[in-house]
This record gives sequence, structure tokens and C-alpha cells, in this order.
Amino acid sequence: MEKNRTDVTRCKGCGYCVAECPKQAISFGDHMNAKGYLTIVVDQEKCIRCGSCYRVCPDYVFEIL
Amino acid sequence: MSERVLMKGNEALAEAALRAGCRFFAGYPITPQTEILEYLSWRMDEVGGSYTQAESELAAVNMVFGAASGGARALTTSSGPGFSLKQEGISYLCASDLPAVIVNVMRIGSGLGDIAQGQGDYWQMTRGGGHGDYRTIVLAPNSVQENADLTYLAFDLAEKYRHPVLMASDAAIGQMIEAVELPEFKEHDIDKFDWSVKGGKVTEKYRKIQNIFYSMGPAYEDFLREKYAKMEAEEQRWESTAVEDAELVFVAFGISSRVCEEAVEGARAKGLKVGLIRPITLYPFPVKAFEEAKKVKAFMTNEMNLLAQMTDDVRLATGCKIPVYHSGSIFSISDTQELIARAEEVIRAAKGGDRT
Amino acid sequence: MKLKAPERVTFNKSGFCPGCGHGVAGRLIAEVAEEMGLADKLITTVDVACGSLHLEDWHFDTVMAAHGRTLVTAIGLKKVRKDNPVLAYYGDGAGYAIGMAETIHAGLRNDNVIAIVVNNAIYGMTGGQMAPTTLPGQKTTSSPYGKDAARFGKPFRIEDAYSGFDIGYLARGALVGAANINRAKKMIRKAFEKHMNNQGLCYVELLSPCPTNWNLAPLKAKDFLLDEMTKHFPLGEFKGGDAK
Repeated sequence: MEKNRTDVTRCKGCGYCVAECPKQAISFGDHMNAKGYLTIVVDQEKCIRCGSCYRVCPDYVFEIL
Repeated sequence: MSERVLMKGNEALAEAALRAGCRFFAGYPITPQTEILEYLSWRMDEVGGSYTQAESELAAVNMVFGAASGGARALTTSSGPGFSLKQEGISYLCASDLPAVIVNVMRIGSGLGDIAQGQGDYWQMTRGGGHGDYRTIVLAPNSVQENADLTYLAFDLAEKYRHPVLMASDAAIGQMIEAVELPEFKEHDIDKFDWSVKGGKVTEKYRKIQNIFYSMGPAYEDFLREKYAKMEAEEQRWESTAVEDAELVFVAFGISSRVCEEAVEGARAKGLKVGLIRPITLYPFPVKAFEEAKKVKAFMTNEMNLLAQMTDDVRLATGCKIPVYHSGSIFSISDTQELIARAEEVIRAAKGGDRT
Repeated sequence: MKLKAPERVTFNKSGFCPGCGHGVAGRLIAEVAEEMGLADKLITTVDVACGSLHLEDWHFDTVMAAHGRTLVTAIGLKKVRKDNPVLAYYGDGAGYAIGMAETIHAGLRNDNVIAIVVNNAIYGMTGGQMAPTTLPGQKTTSSPYGKDAARFGKPFRIEDAYSGFDIGYLARGALVGAANINRAKKMIRKAFEKHMNNQGLCYVELLSPCPTNWNLAPLKAKDFLLDEMTKHFPLGEFKGGDAK
């Protein structure tokens, strides 16, 4: 079930979300986006929709559903 | 038609601005401009506008930038050293395609100079006194009446071109008291422009006030060239006195032109063929006025500056074909009799007599 | 909890560097404006430096002002458009160096505008030079051996400068960590509320990381902000807060 929709075309790989996630649901994947940044992936199972990633992300990657 | 009243030049200018619909003023005290600020400090409230005595000329001109962005008719005024500080804002107003009126009640000298009348800011005002490529319409009143009339006009021209308009007044015009017939009050609707910032729905195209070349791209150069060409075609203003048969034509603006008018009269009484071209717009320079001077053997500018600044424009207007002389001092307005004597010398020299 | 970036900042290309706080600040302002139903009326002014990139991604009527004159541009605008909320957005270089006179006098007059000042302790757009906010010992491109506070002064603190002025609201937040960001949003909201109540200058300084010019990875920059910067720039409300 999709809880956390990401638009990784915007991601710049800063890692704030990875550090902030209380459930370690976010990690760096192996996908490099068109801007050349290594982007994040969300483990939908672990996500609790707390919105921490949304709050700290400077690039509006996350949408909590 | 309103009645004639006695007013100081600076105050007539301030009152005319309000009557033109100006409802925003920000300024900083400096002699000989200060009466404009003082007058508006109480008068602006009476007409329901906004008056601010700012912390500096920089702050004042940038407040005007903000008010102009919002669609208001906005004014700031200064003199000499303070006018130099306004250059940042004037350059930004030009770059952002914004109308505003900026008055320079000129004083003499570079640096601090002094508070007496001067015309040494001619180049600064007509060539674009700040950084980058720009010029602005410059209006040069020579009476209290024109201080009112040209200020009234300045707001319309600023709006017509979405461009700042400068007023080249001076200490004499600003400080003298004369009879003046003030123009009628008119309303200005700040929401009438589609370009001004006012807020809007998220679905609407939002407005950005910024350097227009960011949004315009390559079309910017043609856009601006056409704007200036239109100003040069449509906005040349001048007054000619006895130019058609004149052998010597004075060229003078502002307070200097009033001495020259008297000199023309005196010279004519002595049988000398002398005329006067009085530029009312310093930019665009009234080149059309010079076509009328068919018998002219020499021009002589009379301006209160050292470097004969306006002679550049007279040479350009006449294709450098006619000699151009300069008269005037930074320290005082010229003496009529001395001007008549200079005129006589120059005419004799031009006819093959002694060089002057 | 459903969360989605406000329409007013939905954009395709963001020009900010990885880990920069401007993106968060821009989003918080848009969120507050939308939540308060003010987005249709809000007008913003931006400075010329990094913060001006909001010109492209903010769906607000926006004026790009001269460097350091963002606040006075907003003041002029507010005086002729009294029904619009007007917000000035700029950095510490604009506010505390070239625009210091404007900063002080806006406080003295208590002008009725919102000021959001992003403080990253350096000049960002020009490549990381020393600013009045640079920390003692901090290395920048114009203080390569570290800022000598005896020569260049201690970091400038707005709460000290405004201590004698009766302004509407003064607070400092930080743009890192969800808790700080939530708190910063509340500060921005309070500034908007007081502004709409015509309470004068409503001023929120936001500490932002600048990983690019601090030469730190974003997460290290976050640590530097929280561990070092907040020693000189305490977070909290200084005027018009709940404590009063």
C-alpha cells in the first residue's frame, strides 16, 4: 500500500530525510536522477506517515497520502 | 480654471504632484530640495496618501520602487549629492520597467558642492547616471508655473513609457516665489495596470517585477531601442525665441534660459540678430528645434557648469557643422549685459572679424 | 496525516543547492499563506541573492528588489497596498551589512511588513564570503584563516539591535530537523497573524545550512548549525511571543 509518494526527479540526495525518519524507512537507493543525484527510496511497509521527511525535505520530494 | 496663487517653486512642484494623482512620497532632507519634503509631510496626509521621511536617499528611492511596483504614482526628490544616491533606484526602475518621478533640485559642484543653484548634473541626468544602459526623459522647468506643469506631465510620461522620468529643477527655480495656476486634481487608480503586483488566484498568471531581460530574453534589446526611439520621436519639447533670422542662438534651460530671454530682447534692441532655443526636455534633446535656425552662424549655450556639458548635445543636433560656444559660471547666474556683449563678439567673429 | 507541498510552490526546477534551507523556508511561507487563506493576496519582495530564486518557483506576485533594499521595497509597497499582506524575504548579507540602515529604521518606525531573513552566516550567492553573521573562527573565502572577531566583530544579533524597539514580533527559528521546522512554521504563522492585525514589523530570522559554502555535507552542515551556530544565535521568540 502506497503511503508515501515520492518524486525523486526533484531529489538532490541531501539525506535529511534518511536521518530524520524515526522508522528507518528511507534509504539511498541505486537510482541516479537526471540531475545526477543518488536518490532515496521509501520502504512503504515501514512508513508510518509521520511526515517528518516531508517537513525536512528542501525539494518537495514527498507526498504523504 | 483654478485661481492664480503665489507659491515657492518647490511647493508648487509638490502640490502639482498630488494633483497628478501621486499618493506616495519618500525622501530625505537636503538643501535646496527640502521644501518639497516639508510641504508633503503635512499635505500628503490631507489627500490621504503616504509620506515617509526615510533614513537615506537609498531607502527613499527603493520605497518608491516598491510603491511603483504596486501601481502607485510615486515621487522622490533630492539635490546633488543626494541625487547621486538615487542612481541605484533609478537604474533598477529602468531595468524593471517601472514608472516613477525623481526630482533633482540642482545645486553646484561635485562632492558636497554648495547649496546655490547649478546645472552641473546635466550629463548625469541625461546620460543615465547609474550603471548599465539606460536613459530617462528629463524635464527642465524654468519657472514656478513650469515646476507645476511639468511635474504634472512627468507622471503621465512615466506611465506612458513605464519608465522613470526625471525633473531637472534647480535652487533658483525651487526657491523663488511666483504666481502659479495649479492644475486640476485627478484620480489615479492603482489597480488599472495588468503588470502591477496585487495578488491573484493560483490559477492566474502571477506577476513578477524584475529585470525585464530575464523574462524577455533576446527581444529585450529591440523592445528598449524602440522605447527610446519613441521617446525621441514624440517627446521633444522646447521653446524658441526669435530663432528664424538669428545669427547667434543661445541654448539654455532652467534658470539660465530666463537671463537669455532678457539678453535676446536687449540684443535685438541693439540690432543684433540673436535668438534662443530653450530645451524643455533635456532628454530627448530637442534636435528638431535646430532645423529652424537657418541663418545661424554660431550657437552659445548658457549653463551653470564648468565643462559646457550641454554643448555636446548642441553639436550632435547640428552635426558639428556650426561653432558652439559656452557661457556661464558655476558661481552665479549670468549677467544679461555681459551676455549681450558676448553675443556681439561672437557674431563679429563669426562674420570674419576677431576671434572671440 | 496527508501532506503535500502547496500549489504555490509546486515547481519543476529548483535552483537551490542540495541541503539548502531556502526550499524549506519557501514552502513554510506558502503553507502558512494557504492555511490562513491569504495566498491570493500575498505579495512578496525578494533580494538579489540565493533567495531570489523563489521568484521562479513561488506562485505569488513578487518584486525583485535591489540588494539590501528588499525591506524598504516591501515597506513602500505596503503603504500603497494596505489590503495586501506584504512579505520581504532576504538574507543576512542584505539585512545586516548593505541594508543595515534599512533594517534598523524599519524597526525604529515599526513598519507594517513581514520580514523573513534567512541567516546562513555567509554570503551564499557570491561564493561563501564572510558576513556580519560569520562565527568567530569560521573559515570563509574572505577569511581563509578563520574570522578574527577582534577585527571584524562578533556575529550580529538582531535581538540585540532591536532590543529597544517596539516591533510587532521577533523570533528566530532553524530550518533543519522536523521539530525545529515545525517551530519555525509556527513563528511564520504568528508573524502573518500579527501582520494582518497591523501590529507593525513582524520579523523572523531563520538559520539555514549552506552545505556548499560551508564545505560540509548536508548532514554535517545540519550538525554545525545546531551545535555551533545556535551558540551565537539562540532560537526562540524575543518580542511579541507567547511568554508575554
